[in-house]
Amino acid sequence: MEIFVQQLINGITLGSIYGLIAIGYTMVFGIIGMVNFAHGDVFMVSSFIGLVALLLLTTWIGIGSVALALVIVLIVAMILTSLVNWAIERIAYRPLRGSFRLAPLISAIGMSIFLSNFVQVAQGPRNKSIPPMFTDIIVVMKGNYDVTVSYKQIAIWVVTAVLLLAFWLLVSKTALGRAQRACEQDQKMAALLGVDVDRTISITFVIAAALAAVAGTLYLTIYGVVRFDDGFVPGVKAFTAAVLGGIGSLPGAVLGGLLIGVIETLWAEYVSSAYKDVAAFSILAIVMIFLPQGILGRPDVEKV
Amino acid sequence: MPDEAAARPNLIRALRETAVTALLAFGLFLPLIGFNTVQNIRNELVLETRWPLLLAIVAILAGLRFLHLVVVAPLMAERARASSRPATLPTTLPSWAMPAVIGFVLIYPLLAMLIAGPGAGKWIDNFGIQILIYVLLGWGLNIVVGLAGLLDLGYVAFYAIGAYTCALLGKQFDLSFWMLLPLAGILAAFWGVLLGFPVLRLRGDYLAVVTLAFGEIIRLVLINWKDVTQGSAGIGGLPRPTFFGLPFNASPDGFAARLGLEFSPLHRPLFLYYVVLAVVVLTAIVIGRLRQLPVGRAWEALREDEIACRSLGINTTNAKLAAFASGAFFGGLAGALFTARQGFISPESVNFSESALILAIVVLGGMGSTVGVAIAAVVIIGGTELLRELGFLKQIFGAEFDPAQYRMLLFGFAMVLIIAWKPRGFIGMREPTLVLKRRKAIDAELREEHG
Repeated sequence: MEIFVQQLINGITLGSIYGLIAIGYTMVFGIIGMVNFAHGDVFMVSSFIGLVALLLLTTWIGIGSVALALVIVLIVAMILTSLVNWAIERIAYRPLRGSFRLAPLISAIGMSIFLSNFVQVAQGPRNKSIPPMFTDIIVVMKGNYDVTVSYKQIAIWVVTAVLLLAFWLLVSKTALGRAQRACEQDQKMAALLGVDVDRTISITFVIAAALAAVAGTLYLTIYGVVRFDDGFVPGVKAFTAAVLGGIGSLPGAVLGGLLIGVIETLWAEYVSSAYKDVAAFSILAIVMIFLPQGILGRPDVEKV
Repeated sequence: MPDEAAARPNLIRALRETAVTALLAFGLFLPLIGFNTVQNIRNELVLETRWPLLLAIVAILAGLRFLHLVVVAPLMAERARASSRPATLPTTLPSWAMPAVIGFVLIYPLLAMLIAGPGAGKWIDNFGIQILIYVLLGWGLNIVVGLAGLLDLGYVAFYAIGAYTCALLGKQFDLSFWMLLPLAGILAAFWGVLLGFPVLRLRGDYLAVVTLAFGEIIRLVLINWKDVTQGSAGIGGLPRPTFFGLPFNASPDGFAARLGLEFSPLHRPLFLYYVVLAVVVLTAIVIGRLRQLPVGRAWEALREDEIACRSLGINTTNAKLAAFASGAFFGGLAGALFTARQGFISPESVNFSESALILAIVVLGGMGSTVGVAIAAVVIIGGTELLRELGFLKQIFGAEFDPAQYRMLLFGFAMVLIIAWKPRGFIGMREPTLVLKRRKAIDAELREEHG
């Protein structure tokens, strides 16, 4: 029982990170109907940016307060990752509007290969690990085995919940959100009605990157290690989460992320940790084949 | 030509744009190029700066942007004004090209032996055989992606199935390579159908991601199912091809001894080269015929518009399964030939970056073009091997210089550029095999969404 609760807590933490990445997939898919294959690598790049910023603050400037350092790192990573994703959209996706159907996806795969190899060449192929921080924990359940929650985990839950609320409000209540939903339905019509489609799509990519940067920084603080190829598997899992929750739906993305995170940790604990990625990929295939509209999504109508 | 007065604001505008580009490049590359994270002697991560490298990259990008704005863009505008039709490369090869290429490929190993002498093994093996295997892989994937328009990101799984079929059946039942080669192809084709079935309903992006998941599942099973596959350690000592039962070794029963030749380690790669070449030529003929058959035409129609295809009564299920099966078949053959070349297989050889590499070959060669894919395979694989050979690069960039890293960096970016700039590849033969002689003007609205 204690182990189950502990794994549930770990799973929800992991799932929050997947959820944050999944929001990026879901928003981009919603607006331009493309699987942004490079999004996992954007997450990885943001983690590296966070790493550099953290080292800069702690070893060069020597900031004493870890919390303050983390907030600064978060902001720096969000800004610089947004810039990266904005540039990616301009270079790799915008010229392809109106090209053949698979063009943006192939371009995104090229971008994904480019990003991971760029980081490998620029920062080396080894694991980059940082000393653990925020090691304080709270014991929530005593027994044969103490169930603990760390401050880091609580921070991740709070950040995910706040960001989800903020972005859900942004998409459902503001003019920007209205423009996004208009572009989702019909870009040409939206443009005729005065929506700046290019700008809306750019902003979507910037938001997606900012959330990926939050996920990347949190990932770095909680696991303390990052490598150039760390974008691929979390990226695929987050995409699974987005599809499972219903692509195009923000709460769906977070729900899907939590489900994937919990399933993964429980599978690793009770079934086989060697096959945990097989479980995730199998869920992906099963969901896409049998439940392509997801839990909270709407069925896709084939338009001619 | 624009006069002085008009040119000056243009120059100012170009300078301003260049400054913006430089600033953006600085922001983009500052964290990961400007700083390097290295481990110090106490195993802690510390930062090092690389300002000269960062400034060099920013300067190069800004320079390119300026050059583009001031020289290239006006030139292209001029050319666009001068002729209404953009200049295109000739899409058909001259008539002597094909025989010349075939002749060269046939005598290539002999040339290599003549020039390199005893060192020819490397040239025949690393260049000849390896490139031919990638040509085969490229053509196999080209059927699925280029002809049928189904983006398969897990293609390397069939390569793995072919290779592991050879490894496991060869070890278990002591079959010879000649039995294993067709078996590898057939089993891979069977798996192609098996994995094709569930994804029939999916289209575009979803299909790509599910095939990616299948590829990864197969790789993870190969790694973790240690009782059968020996896990990451891989399987060695696989059966090598024999010459009508004569093995290529120095024993009295070997090829050289029986034919009264002096034993040479070159005999095996030489023989294998011609075996692979025969398979490749056969594949080219088969693919050429397939394109003429109803199923080949159905693939191309499927690529252009699936809904139209269905409403015209084409059985899209059969067409898709046939595409998956035949693509997988050639992938399986390539896997078998890979084990014949290496005598060893491990899951390391079948990861996603291998799928991405084959996809890069197909995309850069122009999806759907048989000749283009072959040229892309020669350029990409041969180019990488050549980079490996260039010793002075190691002196410039240090001993850790590995062209394999840079090649993927380059190919990733090249994929992005090719798709934007020449989506039909450099040799644009993505034209449908069967077209109406007289082109009809159709609404731009219709053209935009399809193809």
